[in-house]
Amino acid sequence: MAVMERKFIEERMESINIKGKKKKHLKCESESLAGCVSQRACVYCGARVVLNPITDAVHLVHGPIGCASYTWDIRGSLSSGSELYRNSFSTDLKENDVIFGGEKKLSRAIDELVLKYHPQLIFVYSTCIVGVIGDDIEAVCKAAARKHNIEIYPVQSSGFIGNKAAGYKAACEAVLKLIKPGVHLPEKKNKCINYLGDFNLAGEAWIITHYFKQIGIDVNVTFTGDASFTKLKKAIEASLNIVQCAGSMFYLAQEIEKKYNIPYLNVSFLGLEDTAQSLRKVAAYFNDPDLMERTENLIKNEIEKYGPQIAGYREKLTGKKAAVYVGGGFKAISLIKQFRELGIDVVMVGTQTGRKEEYAEIEDLVDDGTVVLDDANPAELEEFMLLKGAHLLVGGVKERPLAYKLGVAFIDHNHDRKHPLSGFVGALNFAKEVYSTVCSPVWQYVHGEGLLHEK
Amino acid sequence: MKNKVVNLRNVSQNPCSMCMPLGGIIPFKGLEQSMVILHGSQGCSTYMRRFMAEHFNEPIDVGSSALNEKGTVYGGEENLKKGLDNILKVYNPKLIGILTTCLAETIGEDIDRISLEYLQEREMEDFPLVTVPTPAYSDSHTEGYFLAVKRIITRLAQKSEKNEKVNIIIPNISPADIREIKRILEGMEIAYTLLPDFSETMDAPFTNNFGKLPNGGTKLGDIRNMPGAKATIELGITVEDHLSPGKYLENSFGVPLYRLPLPIGLENTDKFILTLKTISGKEVPEMFRKERGRLQDCMIDSHKYNAQGIAVVFGEPELVYAVTKTCLENGIKPKVLATGSKNFKSGQLFGEESSNLKVLTETDFVHIRQVCKEMDVNLAIGNSEGKYLTEKEGIPLVRIGFPIHDRVGGQRILSVGYQGTIMFLDRITNTLLEYKLSNYRSSMYQKYFQGIDVK
Repeated sequence: MAVMERKFIEERMESINIKGKKKKHLKCESESLAGCVSQRACVYCGARVVLNPITDAVHLVHGPIGCASYTWDIRGSLSSGSELYRNSFSTDLKENDVIFGGEKKLSRAIDELVLKYHPQLIFVYSTCIVGVIGDDIEAVCKAAARKHNIEIYPVQSSGFIGNKAAGYKAACEAVLKLIKPGVHLPEKKNKCINYLGDFNLAGEAWIITHYFKQIGIDVNVTFTGDASFTKLKKAIEASLNIVQCAGSMFYLAQEIEKKYNIPYLNVSFLGLEDTAQSLRKVAAYFNDPDLMERTENLIKNEIEKYGPQIAGYREKLTGKKAAVYVGGGFKAISLIKQFRELGIDVVMVGTQTGRKEEYAEIEDLVDDGTVVLDDANPAELEEFMLLKGAHLLVGGVKERPLAYKLGVAFIDHNHDRKHPLSGFVGALNFAKEVYSTVCSPVWQYVHGEGLLHEK
Repeated sequence: MKNKVVNLRNVSQNPCSMCMPLGGIIPFKGLEQSMVILHGSQGCSTYMRRFMAEHFNEPIDVGSSALNEKGTVYGGEENLKKGLDNILKVYNPKLIGILTTCLAETIGEDIDRISLEYLQEREMEDFPLVTVPTPAYSDSHTEGYFLAVKRIITRLAQKSEKNEKVNIIIPNISPADIREIKRILEGMEIAYTLLPDFSETMDAPFTNNFGKLPNGGTKLGDIRNMPGAKATIELGITVEDHLSPGKYLENSFGVPLYRLPLPIGLENTDKFILTLKTISGKEVPEMFRKERGRLQDCMIDSHKYNAQGIAVVFGEPELVYAVTKTCLENGIKPKVLATGSKNFKSGQLFGEESSNLKVLTETDFVHIRQVCKEMDVNLAIGNSEGKYLTEKEGIPLVRIGFPIHDRVGGQRILSVGYQGTIMFLDRITNTLLEYKLSNYRSSMYQKYFQGIDVK
């Protein structure tokens, strides 16, 4: 079989596990191997993903042009107000700046942007070479903030200092500084929560906020979907944090609990089951029978509304096999459960930056024989999709052409999406999308030799 | 030059170019069985792969030396060598391109020395490793592209026997455009070496045997023999001499060089075909005369609609030149020409017309938008990065060039030759018509009817 002849890189074997074979710990949270064609991005990418949805901030990239080019308005985060975040600003460093330092250019860039856009908030992202040439962006930001009387936060996101997960942390550090209160801690509001780890892709945070509103809980601010300077400044008035995208927001939730005594709950709004459970969990936290009753009513209504349609898709999809390769462990776990709701088995699952605990949970969830892998490359994805006979792949933009070339269906589960996959309605959208790709008529015309080859 | 807008800004706002290594990747994708590795941090290769995957809708595998903190401080040699090992193992390519990033250049990595050493250590001195220094802070992707082509030739070309072939050097155009150029060459019965030929590799037909490295691409043996060719045609009149592959072949091997514009538009295509005729002594087949006649027919049919177009043309210099020329031939008024590259000698190129054109080099989209507003532009011609011209200013965009990421089929857009020009012109005319037809009833009503019934 041609598939088996391909060569693997031995060091990668520690990061690939087949459930049920010998027990071993999957190697993860480590650096990518050179030449492996990892699907991972960099520290800057991680930071930018997390902060970019803050709508009224200027996002200024301190570095050569590329980093800003590749991240300009490529995400589907929606705004109810400012559109400033949809711009990509760069100091566009040139050779001379690299030689003589870019601090002055950065400070002039800030002056120019303040004059033109009057922002209250600026994030300055450092890129690889800024880390090397030694620009003191902390000092520049501090001086500029004082000069313009606004808030300017440096984000330490030089690409080489780690992987995407390090960027999440750098972003959280910046957010922590931003939400730090003055001398007095504000009064906590009851039944008022912050929602961490939703970037309001195609309005997903709005959907969840509406659910909470209906049951009588206020969403104070979402980190960071449709967030703004003013909203973030009130973050610590909430009495509870709920955390969805654990990969990027776990650290922030922990720090807020430590510093401001706001506890947190892990939630997931992907799939009917998880959405219902998460709403119940939050309602139970506030221990109010009326609230819990309203929650049950909401769940009942929504499931009545969407359940039958999803069941219809389930009928057509049962027995299909899925491969999952996504950014973080949280999403992988949610997807395994969500596919189960559709009668689909996950035969391969991997992430770019999953954590040890998340992989343990994945191993618990999947059936024997499922391939689990960390920081995979295209050669491995291809090998295992074919080996396991996957009918569809879930992934991002880079993985899509690979799936299609292999004649495999594909689900875009990345920040680029234009329709919501969260909440009850999102579960239906997901089922619809899976059906539209797995059961598309096109596959009948591409598999097999076809007419031209007939004698 | 008084119409050239001098760029004094300190901040780029929505870049009109990408970085140098991205441009450098593309030619390597047009060589048979070739791979590329970027010497830098992991994110660069991932971002560029993502960007290219969206445009070409093909899997884009690019390795990275995945420089980390240690590699950045103590040198990334080991990473690069290991990366090469892994790429050889998994992909088994016939050639590998090594491109630097700003990180590698800033820390002073000597890729020539490293690659020589590598080949000696592995006892594979004959293996073609092609090094290309591409720091993002020095030039844009356009220069990266031509430098890579030149370095490929420099590495492979050898003094060879005179042969009947013509070298064709192409800029960054769509795979469909490359196929059309090849059709013209074949129609003229001209033997050729076209470099880089990514017409098959970056727009591969679906097959049931997907290979890690796509089929097609310029054959390495053909590149070796380029010095024996009858002539070189370089479709690159805006390319600076020091980056020009054709100049290199002329200076080092005495291959006569013809530098022509991209064959978009009647005159530019005439030039291409007549040059082929001159070089080969062959007659122009009837087929092309008919195609030319159809283009003339198309120009006449559409000229009054086209006369209403006031255009901004943006993108890579070579395309901007050819498209602008085509606009001028057809009575479309090009008012603003914009490129993110700094090398655009527009003044000399358009003769008398130059004084009516506003030329923006090293520009960004915030600037382009502002100038378009001032000049009452009603038609934008360029890549997807101009989407805000439509979204924010209501100027319709005819998509051409790289990248096309918000529409399908970037790889299939055909615009060269008489046939391609017809299709391109139709796209322009129909865009103007659509705009007119959707507006004229209400605008006439507002202009002439309102107020009639007032006494």
